[in-house]
Amino acid sequence: MVGSVDKQVPLVSIRGLRFSRGSRVIFDGVDIDIPRGKITAIMGPSGTGKTTLLKLIGGQLRPSAGTIHVDGQDIHRLGNRDLYRLRMRMGMLFQSGALLTDINVFENVAYPLREHTNLSPSMIRKLVLLKLEAVGLRGARDLMPSELSGGMARRVALARAMVLDPMMIMYDEPFTGQDPISMGVLVELIRALNDASRLSSIIVSHDVQETSAIADLIYVISNGKVIESGQPEAMINSESAWTRQFMQGLADGPVPFHYPAAELAEDLLGESC
Amino acid sequence: MLNVLAQLGRVGIGVLERLGRGHLLLLGILRGLPDLLPRPGLLVKQIYSVGVLSILIISVSGLFVGMVLGLQGYYILSQFGAEQTLGVMVAASLVRELGPVVAALLFAGRAGSALTAEIGLMKATEQLSGLEMMAVDPVRRVLTPRFFAGFISMPLLAALFSALGVVGGYFVGVGLLGVDDGAFWAQMQAKIDLHEDVFNGAIKSVVFGLVCTWIALFQGFDAVPTSEGVSRATTRTVVHSSLAVLGLDFILTALMFGD
Repeated sequence: MVGSVDKQVPLVSIRGLRFSRGSRVIFDGVDIDIPRGKITAIMGPSGTGKTTLLKLIGGQLRPSAGTIHVDGQDIHRLGNRDLYRLRMRMGMLFQSGALLTDINVFENVAYPLREHTNLSPSMIRKLVLLKLEAVGLRGARDLMPSELSGGMARRVALARAMVLDPMMIMYDEPFTGQDPISMGVLVELIRALNDASRLSSIIVSHDVQETSAIADLIYVISNGKVIESGQPEAMINSESAWTRQFMQGLADGPVPFHYPAAELAEDLLGESC
Repeated sequence: MLNVLAQLGRVGIGVLERLGRGHLLLLGILRGLPDLLPRPGLLVKQIYSVGVLSILIISVSGLFVGMVLGLQGYYILSQFGAEQTLGVMVAASLVRELGPVVAALLFAGRAGSALTAEIGLMKATEQLSGLEMMAVDPVRRVLTPRFFAGFISMPLLAALFSALGVVGGYFVGVGLLGVDDGAFWAQMQAKIDLHEDVFNGAIKSVVFGLVCTWIALFQGFDAVPTSEGVSRATTRTVVHSSLAVLGLDFILTALMFGD
């Protein structure tokens, strides 16, 4: 059913997802349910395909097998028009912010409104200022993206992502490379916006502490599979050696410290480089 | 032997695949025209960026090419006592060949490389993905205005190049070398044919504008989204555009002026 509001039905339902890049398998039979109104974190080490998962959910990539239903619609079976209509209800915060560099902060946030609505300029101005106020950057409306710090750029991107009042926002590594103040601001903002706007949020991250602090549900993925899922406390106290290594940041464990190589002695005595 | 054949096959398939992607992109760009018409501001902005900002290099180059033509032409023609036809020689060379071809080569170097770098960097910084996720088609919103800006600007730049080239030839021929002023213009007026010379030259510049802009946009859109990938794509734009212009010039010249 399209546009279902049943709280029990997951907003995003991923079943049997398989995806490869060349010969490298990124996902091998992944099942994930993203509940409505909650913050769901997808966690895992770098290179496990977390960003790829967001692109698959957004319909920017096609899986080799499996299905992804967003709000009841199989996103990879939608035509262009329906896909774009659905994307208008999905916001995405890219790791880099992805702000358009040739227009200022105000115009970046106003961009989706100008593209998809017929609102009057005064209404657009009010909406943009309200969204910028929500992320604390109303005073930065005239700055160009090149004049923003990394944290500010992400907050502007967040204002842009929610300007059309979407049903969900996907965050791609929102905390990476942020100073403690920016990180604290983003953590607060994500939680507050999710609750105030009754959004559903998906956070892709490997920052355990910050993500665990605001997530309602965590999926840990590695080697193309979901290793474990559950509430943050359960994950931190997990009995799985792999999950424990990841959540506690242990250097060695199921994920070895050393990249596979020949024996050290053999390597040192060898002549070739 | 089999390995060589397999390698050749892979290269061939790769080239065909890229050609296919390029044509699909062109189709997508052209489909964006109806979206562009109600937003002329987008086109004007790109005409400024692609065309207006190329005026300086085109003007200066046109002037110097015309001056060299005047100088070289005078020394050759004066050997046959035909220096009064210098105006015809300069104008015909510019309008038929040098105007469209050299302007296109300069256009590929200045505007084409800038387009590729801009689109490639937009891809690398996820701006194109960001547009897609905002339910905005980046092909229609970003590439279509740039394509038509190049398509419109190129013939105008070629005309400017030819016009300033004639001025350069006049300056050297009449101003410095003493060719008769009246003969310079009168011969030109009598011998340069609107259809045969000017119109055919304009067709060339339209084709070159289309091809150069298409190559530039495709290379940017298809670039590997890294600094090295964008750098390679920019180089490919200049190389491919230059070769395409020279190759197409031969074909078009053969079709237009061949018996």
